[in-house]
Amino acid sequence: MSDVSKPGLQSPLRRKLLMGMAALPAVSMLSRPSFADVPATSAVNTTGLAVTDSEVTVGILHSVTGTMAISETGSVEAEKLAIAQINAAGGVLGRKIKFIQEDGASDWPTFAEKAKKLLVNDKCAAVMGCWTSASRKAVLPVFEQYNGMLYYPTFYEGLEQSKNVIYTGQEATQQIIAGLDWVNKTKGAKSFYLLGSDYIWPRTSNKIARKHIENHLQGCKVVGEEYFPLGSTQFNSVINKIKLTKPDVIYAIIVGGSNVAFYKQLKAAGIDLSKQTLLTISVTEDEIDGIGGENIAGAYACMKYFQSLDNPNNKAFVPAFKKMWGEKTVIGDVTQAAYLGPWLWKLTVEKAQSFDIDKIAAASPGVEFKGAPEGYVRIHENHHLWSKTRVGRAKADGQYELIYETADLVEPNPFPKGYQ
Amino acid sequence: MIINSRFFNRSELIGFLALAVLLFVILPLSVDIFRLNLVAKYLTYAFVGIGLVLCWGYGGILSLGQGVFFGLGGYCMAMYLKLEASSVENTKIQSTPGIPDFMDWNQITSLPFFWKPFHSFPVALMAIILVPAIFSLIIGAAMFKRRVGGVYFAIITQAIAAIMTILIVGQQGYTGGINGITDLRTLHGWDIRTDHAKYVLYFVEVVLLFGCIVAAQFIRLTKLGRILVAMREQEDRVRFSGYSVANFKIFAFCAAAVFAAIGGAMFTLEVGFMSPSFVGIVPSIEMVIYTAVGGRMSIFGAVWGALLVNFAKTSLSESFPQLWLFGLGALFIAVVLAFPNGLSGIWADHIQPRIDRLLASRRPKSTNYVADGAPAE
Repeated sequence: MSDVSKPGLQSPLRRKLLMGMAALPAVSMLSRPSFADVPATSAVNTTGLAVTDSEVTVGILHSVTGTMAISETGSVEAEKLAIAQINAAGGVLGRKIKFIQEDGASDWPTFAEKAKKLLVNDKCAAVMGCWTSASRKAVLPVFEQYNGMLYYPTFYEGLEQSKNVIYTGQEATQQIIAGLDWVNKTKGAKSFYLLGSDYIWPRTSNKIARKHIENHLQGCKVVGEEYFPLGSTQFNSVINKIKLTKPDVIYAIIVGGSNVAFYKQLKAAGIDLSKQTLLTISVTEDEIDGIGGENIAGAYACMKYFQSLDNPNNKAFVPAFKKMWGEKTVIGDVTQAAYLGPWLWKLTVEKAQSFDIDKIAAASPGVEFKGAPEGYVRIHENHHLWSKTRVGRAKADGQYELIYETADLVEPNPFPKGYQ
Repeated sequence: MIINSRFFNRSELIGFLALAVLLFVILPLSVDIFRLNLVAKYLTYAFVGIGLVLCWGYGGILSLGQGVFFGLGGYCMAMYLKLEASSVENTKIQSTPGIPDFMDWNQITSLPFFWKPFHSFPVALMAIILVPAIFSLIIGAAMFKRRVGGVYFAIITQAIAAIMTILIVGQQGYTGGINGITDLRTLHGWDIRTDHAKYVLYFVEVVLLFGCIVAAQFIRLTKLGRILVAMREQEDRVRFSGYSVANFKIFAFCAAAVFAAIGGAMFTLEVGFMSPSFVGIVPSIEMVIYTAVGGRMSIFGAVWGALLVNFAKTSLSESFPQLWLFGLGALFIAVVLAFPNGLSGIWADHIQPRIDRLLASRRPKSTNYVADGAPAE
């Protein structure tokens, strides 16, 4: 009987058979209630979360209106796909996932308000959400105060670590160092021009890039570093400077709509990306959709996931995503990271045998997800993910071609010594 | 004859009492602390609304930059709270302990000079009032003395709001940039994140709000209030009568700025952070919309407008995450087209007369009520 009381592993058929057996008078004399494979709610939920015998509620908190909607929609779609797949596979500890979606409206205080609502009113067992650093900074105190669990999908600047957050995207060093090493080794790059939109993520990333270039790469130097306001569309002056200084690598961390202007103006100025090396950490397949493949073809991007990755997990994931959300959708790095959120949460709950936030936080380190579209990920003690760093080259059709990937998983290091 | 014989007329008294009962009794007893905290957040916009009633409704000065003063008040409070949260032991892991975390991320190694005074609570409280007052005085003096008014003034205030946002976002090492100032914890050693603190803050805020209502009503009823209305209607005649129009306008604008700043400071306490998204053009226009929906001639209307519009915003966005903005837009258009005097106009034109008629039919003696309830101008 020992494997009968072990939850979550039986097929429905087996369960029915067992229930049939339970109906037999001889067996019913045992009068044990443990034939159900669903552990009692009182045992797995000691802190009053929204968990019933058949359902568990999670929150989805992204912007579906406002300027960030275009970026965050992919994450919402990926999270809904993951939840649907988990439900189809039997749910979490035998409970179907029900989700409550809230709109952060690209507005940081709204994020805080909605996060509070999801935790205090709806008692969500976990929340998948946020995109920009600003929105995460706004909700972080809420999650810490009300002891919630946030699965945050975006690659970000690091310098943060919380018991109440699992960072499923890469922190800055995971995205930057391997890419710089690669471009230095294979392209022989010695001089770098750093560009970025003017906010915390590009600034912190370029700071790490500069330290790595100056202190760890032999004979390399930074020849320029410039920032542009969010939404800026004028890049002609910096493009002229680039033409004058002729850096081996343009290192670009420009975000959102500015990308469209930047790559078009680069092309118009006659900078041919098949000859001039450009490495970006901010352009995923989603952004190429807006920029236009022909404008960015030849550029290199350093990410952990590309839609074109050739592995069995991704070959199942991409068609499932397109089936649910349409043939035309593209899947970028963050979308994939958002897909990991519900799965990692499910695996952690099953490891902890509990929905309690404290137990999930404690059980998270070491949880591995072998079905990740990017290949394989594992949660580190610092609540970030071990994952590989990859370099891809943009093609005119809007996809990336994988050029290089690290041999091993890269350790997340949100507080890198010597890089601050 | 400086003040009318009665501070509130009958319909205003009803409005005052109704609001007091709602805010002091009904809401705290009927909703949980999460919703009450939301109400507190909505009410912070009511401070701005009261200021706009004075400056726009009575003075005829449309300011599309009230977010600037809301933000200045909020940032002054946030700077004090942030310094308190950034004690040396809280920030051990930074390269420079004892300064706010965002400064450390931006390679700033010592506290900038203009942050230093905000170590002191009294200075911070004074700054909340004085910084916006002085700033609005400078803007007001620069514009009204040159007789810039009407739509030009509105455009310039909007430009100031835009400049302010760019300044805050661009100087992220000193201001927290687009993230704003987050993770605020204690006020003078008192944890503002607990439920108990939220209750206390709510009542403090409501008391302050009624203070502002009384102050605004006082201004409205003095000779000053009369001159404001006269200026709105016929600016030249007031000037020819020997009044300095500019000074009165500057006063109304400064008063509105101070009210907005008090709201901003309360916002920081209620919500626990401040960011440039309350300073720019969009929030400034939203604040004008609250006032327009409530009725720009009514102090109570402004409070109701802020409450109801924000309540609609929250509940619509909870029920229809993808469509709510359209619904809200439609609501504004409907209100502005059908009821140009806002909610208070609906009350004064449709509901109040009916109540009066009902009362009059019961007590035929008191027919002179209607005249009392009509607009004083």
